[in-house]
Parts: sequence; structure tokens; C-alpha cells
Amino acid sequence: MRRWRRFTPAQRIGRALTYVLAAVAVVWSLRTIEVIPEFLYDAPEQTADLFRRMWPIDWAFWGEMVAEALVETFHTATLGTIIALVLSVPVALLAARNVTPSATLNLLAKFILVSSRSVNSLIWALLFVAIFGPGALAGTLAIAFRSIGFVGKLLAEALEEMPRGPLEALVAAGAPRPSILLKGYWPQVEPSFWSVALFRWDINIRESAVLGLVGAGGIGVALDTALNNLYWDQVGLCLLVIFAVVVATEIATSAIRSRII
Amino acid sequence: MDRRVSAAARTPFPANWTVRALWTALALYVLYACGILDVSWDRFLRGLDNGDRFLRRMFPPDLSAQKLDLLRVGMLESMQIAVLSTAAGIVLSLPLGLLAARNLMPGWVSWTARGAIALCRSFHPVITAILFVKAVGFGALAGVLALIVASMGFISKLFAEAIEEMSLRQVEAVRATGAGFFNVLVMGVFPQVIARFIGFCVYQLDSNLRNSTMVGIVGGGGIGATLFTAYQRFDYDFVLTILLAIIAVIMVAEVVSAQLRKAFQ
Amino acid sequence: MSAALAIRNLRKEYRAGVPVLRDVSLEVGGTGMTAIIGPSGTGKSTLIRCINRLVDPTAGEILFGGQDLARLKGRALRKARRRIGMVFQEYNLVERLSVIENLLCGRLGYVPVWRAWLRRFPPQDVARAFDLLDAVGLGDFATRRADALSGGQRQRVGIARAIMQDPELVLADEPTSSLDPKTSVEIMELLARLARERGIPVVVNIHNVELAKRFAERIVGMSQGAIVFDGAPSELRESDLLAIYGGEGWIDA
Repeated sequence: MRRWRRFTPAQRIGRALTYVLAAVAVVWSLRTIEVIPEFLYDAPEQTADLFRRMWPIDWAFWGEMVAEALVETFHTATLGTIIALVLSVPVALLAARNVTPSATLNLLAKFILVSSRSVNSLIWALLFVAIFGPGALAGTLAIAFRSIGFVGKLLAEALEEMPRGPLEALVAAGAPRPSILLKGYWPQVEPSFWSVALFRWDINIRESAVLGLVGAGGIGVALDTALNNLYWDQVGLCLLVIFAVVVATEIATSAIRSRII
Repeated sequence: MDRRVSAAARTPFPANWTVRALWTALALYVLYACGILDVSWDRFLRGLDNGDRFLRRMFPPDLSAQKLDLLRVGMLESMQIAVLSTAAGIVLSLPLGLLAARNLMPGWVSWTARGAIALCRSFHPVITAILFVKAVGFGALAGVLALIVASMGFISKLFAEAIEEMSLRQVEAVRATGAGFFNVLVMGVFPQVIARFIGFCVYQLDSNLRNSTMVGIVGGGGIGATLFTAYQRFDYDFVLTILLAIIAVIMVAEVVSAQLRKAFQ
Repeated sequence: MSAALAIRNLRKEYRAGVPVLRDVSLEVGGTGMTAIIGPSGTGKSTLIRCINRLVDPTAGEILFGGQDLARLKGRALRKARRRIGMVFQEYNLVERLSVIENLLCGRLGYVPVWRAWLRRFPPQDVARAFDLLDAVGLGDFATRRADALSGGQRQRVGIARAIMQDPELVLADEPTSSLDPKTSVEIMELLARLARERGIPVVVNIHNVELAKRFAERIVGMSQGAIVFDGAPSELRESDLLAIYGGEGWIDA
């Protein structure tokens, strides 16, 4: 009677290893994580308390702080995204193997992109607040520096995956480098560029909202103030506003995507 | 021959006024926003000066044994937060994603599930971390819970989309054999979407590792707490050490996750 | 010969007032192949799909194994479907599964979920699967992924999957429409032979009249949702074909 072997021996070992590794990781994490039982039992009561204190929402806070802060958040996100787009282009060009043949430059550029991505915008904000002082400047730069890695990586990938045909034609015609970049690479990468830009802008609006927690301007500052005062009804308003902004941005980006991209 | 061909049809590169207007608007906006945010060249230059001093205080990174120990504990905790939140997030996202698929579920079920997913995605993990800190206290548990919510928002959404893009004909054939709902899922639906699902999970593990470095700033445990403490104490050389460690770990994680995703293609 | 399947006054309207099937009545005997022919849009596919309820009829009865299939729901419907195998025009194999896994899908109506999940199907099912693979000429293809097969090979797997159910009836919805002429003949021949060997009646929906005449014992011609011809292939005359197809279009079927 013939046996059905679903996986080759090599595959079986691989699968078993993966499961074991995953199990070990989870068990180890569970054991070392500290859970204070009293806090856990308290949790439902605490949560109920939280919601009770958030209602009724303090609408007055809108006029006091939130409206201005919202505008600041919007500009931080948008300006930060624009700066990132501008700065990420040269880095992406350096990182793409087909644009820049030098392996050292590729590596350097890729390192810049990874570092930018690895550090959270919140942490970037901490650094920039230390350098430039609290306020929207720190926030804008934090958004910009974090986004360079995101946009740059996707751009570099788009550049590397580009079909060579049109580029070869330009080279064969004797076009100088800048012309090849402008007329050969740019038209092909343009749709991806705008799509990525829109995607990142959406994410940046969410990120800008929290940067104020470390002093980098925007709604986060209002949120931070409210939290420090333990005015949960003001916190409630901030959360509501953030939620509304996120929804509005999603609607806006879907609309732009379906019409233009 | 029609000689009244318009001049515009003859020009090879007619000026696109809409695009030009958009670029001009963009440039004007940048100037306007810079004004509103008080982003002036002056401030920037002063900041650079400050930045120079700041960077000097960061170099060289603090590599003393005591600090390295703190670093190790913090990074390990971050990794644990990432592992647990991804594991729990995967387990919860599987049913949630299924329930949100409009081609598998009745309307009211899928819309409720989609609402839940949208809620999970609305708030930045930092904000949910703050709320969980209030609910369960400071520490890694709050961070884990916050990232579980973030994971569910991401994985379930993409999973539901993958299911909605699958071939219904293959599923129809399995149903025609008399298989029950779960058998149809196991042999008809999952084989089509599992590769992509694993891809999303690996990506989320990576993302959770990044986010776990930050939830500590608001009390959610992990290296973020260590970083924030060092920052507030002006221990900038230790801050640099931590940053370098974070970059290194995430670089490794990215490479590993890229390989894993390729292996499951 | 007792009727394996009796369809009475079947009616299907996708849009109210526009019937695709008009009071169709048909009895299918216990063995042999019945071919339904007719132009596109005439309701052949709808008729076939109503039998195993992939499409729900608007009115009428479908009597099979002592039950009215048109009324069944839930578990009862699934149990009934187990006894009816189906072959599809586009094969509808689960492409990312291996050939043998696709075959074993035929037994899904009989195995619990945990067996399907862990792929621990009963040994006799696995053995039957191998035998069926041999019978369709794909003995060495058990662990190949379904999307690595050619169209003809995939349809053979599709036929084997249907037979795996050990069905009392096999339905085939345009099984050769996606295949080249030579492979089409091979597939029809395979289907006819396997069904005959196991004594399973087959109802095929096909638009190639030549194939229908060559392999079926009975031809049912449909036009505009109603049956206009029912008899042996030898009885099929040009006038009948004209009534069915309304023109000379059947020549290039």
C-alpha cells in the first residue's frame, strides 16, 4: 500500500524547528513578563472608572486648546511628509543598485534608511525636543526623519524593480545622467511615488497626534496636559478628536486614491 | 488636408496648467506652514548649534557594565512584549479576519467585525498603551495589550482582504462535495490565503518589535522606559547606546523577517 | 430501470418574470451518460447546478434517493451533496493543494475537521485515492501541486475527485469547454468509462454536439429554458438541431 508523504524530511525538520522555536519564545516571554495579580483583578473596575470619568466630555477644552493644537498637528504631519519626500529622493537614488553602482554608497544609503525606520517618531521627537526645544519644529523634523526611511525604502525598491528597456534606450541615445533620471526613471516611478507619499501622509497624521506627549507640539500636548491633570473628560475630548481626524484622513485618502491614482 | 489643426496639437510639450498650479500651491503651502509652526531658518540654525553640543554629549556611547546590563534587561523585555503581542494577536486575528470577510459571512457579521477592526486601528499604540496603563497598571502587560490591539487591527484587515480576493470557484467545488463549513475553510479557503497570512504575521512581528521600543515611554515596559529615564536624566551617552542597540536589533529582525516571508511564498 | 434522478416542473428565475428554466421535467435512469446540449444562455448550466443546489430553484421538485433536493437545507443538504459528484468547466481544483489533497477533498463530507486539518485521512481513503489516480493515468502526480498541471491533467483530477465521493450520480458542467479538441475527447472518454465501470449515471452539460453524440446514450436538447428533444443520439436529426440551436451555429461547436 502506497504511503502519502505530505512533506519531505527536510521540510518536516524545518516545520518542527519553527514550531519549537515559536513555542519556546512564547513560553519564555510568558514566564518572564511580570503580571501583578492585584492590578489584573482591578482591571475591570479601573476600566469602568476610566469610562465613567471620561463622560460627560469636556467640550470647552476644544476652544481652550484642542482646536489650535489640531491645526498644528495637521501642519506638522503635512510639512514633515513634504520634507521627508524631498530628502528621501537622493537617499533612495543612492540606495538603488541600478542607479548607483557603488556598493559602498548603496550600503551607506541603506544604513541611513534602516536607522531612520528603526527609531520611532516618538523617539526622534525626544531627540529633537532636546536639540530644538519643545514645539512643532521638533515634531515636524521627527516626522520627517522617520518617514525618510519608509519612503526611501519603497522608492529604492521601485527603482530597482524598474524594467530596463526604456532606460537602455535613453542611454543608447547618448542622454546625460540627469536626463536619464528625469525622463527615464521618474516617469516610471512617479505613480508609486505619489501612492507611497499619500500612504505615509495618512500614517503621519496619526503619528503627529501623539508626538505632543513628549512636547513636540500638536494634539499630543493637549492630551498630555489633560493626562497630567487627570482631567479624564478632557482626555475623552482629545481621543474623540483624534478618532475623528483619523476617520477624516482615511476618507480623504480613499477619495484621492480612487480619483487620481 | 485640414490646415486648421490647432496650434496646441502641434506643440510636443504643452504646458499643463493644472499641474503647474498644484506645484505652486504646494510651494505656497510649505511657506505658510513654516510660518504657522514657527519653523524659521533662524531657529533651525540656533538648533544646529544646540544640536552640535547635544551630539557631543552623546559621543562616545556609554558602554559601562552597569548600563549594558540595564540595556540587556530592557531589550529583552521589549522582545518579550513583541513576541507575546504578536502571538496573541495572530490567534485573535484569525477568527476576526474570517468574520470580517464579506464573501464568507452574512452582512451584519462582517460589518460588525469590520467595525471592531477599524476601532483597533484608529488609535496609535501609544494611546492605547496609556489607556491600558490606567486599566492594568504600569509595566509590560499594558504594552502587550496595547500591541495586541494594534496587531489585530493590522492582521485582521489584511487577512479579510485576502479572503475577499480569493477564488470562489475553488471554494464552490469543495462545497459541492458535501463538506461542512469548517472543512470548506480548511481545504478550500485556507490553502488560498495562508501564505499571505503568514506574511502579514511576520511583518507584524517586525512592527511590534519596533513599537515595543516606544510603549515604555508612557509606562508600557520595555527599552522605551529605560530610554526615557536616561533621557530625563540627561544621560545622553547612554541614550546613544540604547539607540544603537535598537537600530541593530531591528536591522537583524528585518533581515530575518524578509527571509521568512520569502520562505513561505 | 428505476430513475436515479427525477426533476419535476423545475423553474428558475434570476429576475422576476424572466425565467431561465421553464417547468423542466426530466428523469435520469440508473446508468449511462445523458448529455444536455443547447446554445449558451439556454439554461443548461442552471439546470445542472440546481440539482446539487449550487443554484437555488424558484419552484419545482428534484427527487433523488427518496428526497426532494430542492427542499433540503443545512446538514441534510450536505449529506445529499456527498452522494453527487461534480466536474467543473474550469476544473476548480484548489490550486495550492497537491493532487492527492484535491482528491481527498472528495471525502470531506465524511471526515471530521481535525482529520482534514492534520491531513490524517483514513488509510482506506488514501489507498482509494492512489487507485483512482492510477485509473486516470496520473499515478506519479500525487504530491504535485495542482497548479503545476496542464488543463487536461487538472480535469482528470477533477473527475477523480468526483468519483472519490463514491457518488450515486455525477454531474459535469461543460467539462471540456476549456480544453483543446484532442484532450476533450480523452476527458469524455475517461468520464464515460469510469462511470460505466462503476455503474454511476452521468449528466453532462456540453455544447459540442459531436462529442455528445459519440459518448452519451441519451441526448436532451434544450432551447430557451425548455426541453425540445429527448432521445438517443441516432434519433437526432437536423430538424431537431435546428429547433435546438435555431440556426447552423452548431456546426462550429
